Amino acid sequence: MPTTTEKKIKGTVVITVERCKGCGFCVEFCPSKALKLSEQFNSKGYHPPVLISQELCNGCDMCGLLCPDFAIYGIRIK
Amino acid sequence: MDEQILEIEESIPVNPIESFLRTDRMPHIWCPGCGIGTTVNCFTRALETSGLDLNKVSVVSGIGCTGRVAGYLNLDSFHTTHGRPIPFATGLKLANPELKVVVYSGDGDLFAIGGNHFIHAARRNLDMTVICVNNSIYGMTGGQVAPTTPISATASTTPHGNFEQPFNLPYLADSCGAVYVARWTAFHVRHLTKSIKEALAKKGFSFIEILAPCPTLYSRRNKLGDGLDQMIYYKENSEIKHGADTKSVALDFQSKIIVGKFVDRDRPDYLTLMNEHYQKKFGDKYTPYKG
Repeated sequence: MPTTTEKKIKGTVVITVERCKGCGFCVEFCPSKALKLSEQFNSKGYHPPVLISQELCNGCDMCGLLCPDFAIYGIRIK
Repeated sequence: MDEQILEIEESIPVNPIESFLRTDRMPHIWCPGCGIGTTVNCFTRALETSGLDLNKVSVVSGIGCTGRVAGYLNLDSFHTTHGRPIPFATGLKLANPELKVVVYSGDGDLFAIGGNHFIHAARRNLDMTVICVNNSIYGMTGGQVAPTTPISATASTTPHGNFEQPFNLPYLADSCGAVYVARWTAFHVRHLTKSIKEALAKKGFSFIEILAPCPTLYSRRNKLGDGLDQMIYYKENSEIKHGADTKSVALDFQSKIIVGKFVDRDRPDYLTLMNEHYQKKFGDKYTPYKG
């Protein structure tokens, strides 16, 4: 039985942390401003993006279209 | 426990671009903030929705940063010598007319070293799609001035600013006879995807110019910030004007950018014209060429 918070989740992003070069395209142009650059580093020394909050993401895949390193994509959850 | 982990992994769909990439060659060599990867996303999304048989699609690239696209795409592709993707694509298309040939290269490769081939392919209306990623400079060789560098922009060979008149690429393609001409920037991902899809469906010579940031050479030398700053500039200074006169869309240094679909017309392509011509001349004695 899904709870009320689960119902709100419309989508999410999947991030391949090691491919990210921290350009920030996904963070800047996310239509719902759901992403931020993480405090953590990947092994190359870049800050990969993280979701600020699961509820903000609607899985539109704008990040997936913009990412020049093929490191992120959005999926809609039905 | 193991079964549970497997189930979770299976439920996450893979990145839609993954099947189009030679993943063993990832990560790619493009700089952080470079726009070429973004254009590749749009191209693969367009291919996915175009309904084309991927076994009949081939990508040809020349030399340069954008020239590496052919090597990264998991399609039949060829990385030609400098400036020669269009001659190679011409031969490929004429020998195998059932193929959908896409030339994916940079501004230096297509318009400086291979400029001559471009104008003749457009004049003959060869059935191919040419995607030109324009970063206004020779990226791979160290930021020398290119035929697309705007006046007053600094390059490694013009430390006091460029004084040469750059090409207006949509105007060049239009005047040479291309049937489809569009310009987008790396920021306009949805428009660009739609435009590539239209160009792939068009019979004849279709041309798309994509402005992309070059953070390491162009932006840094001109003190324009990094790739993200260039993308924000594209967002704030682009104006979509479909059907605009290509004469009026020339680019100046950090000026307003007119983007959109400028030309969409119909003109018989090279093979159709050849078959029609010889059929008229020789009648039944001529068997139409089908590859």
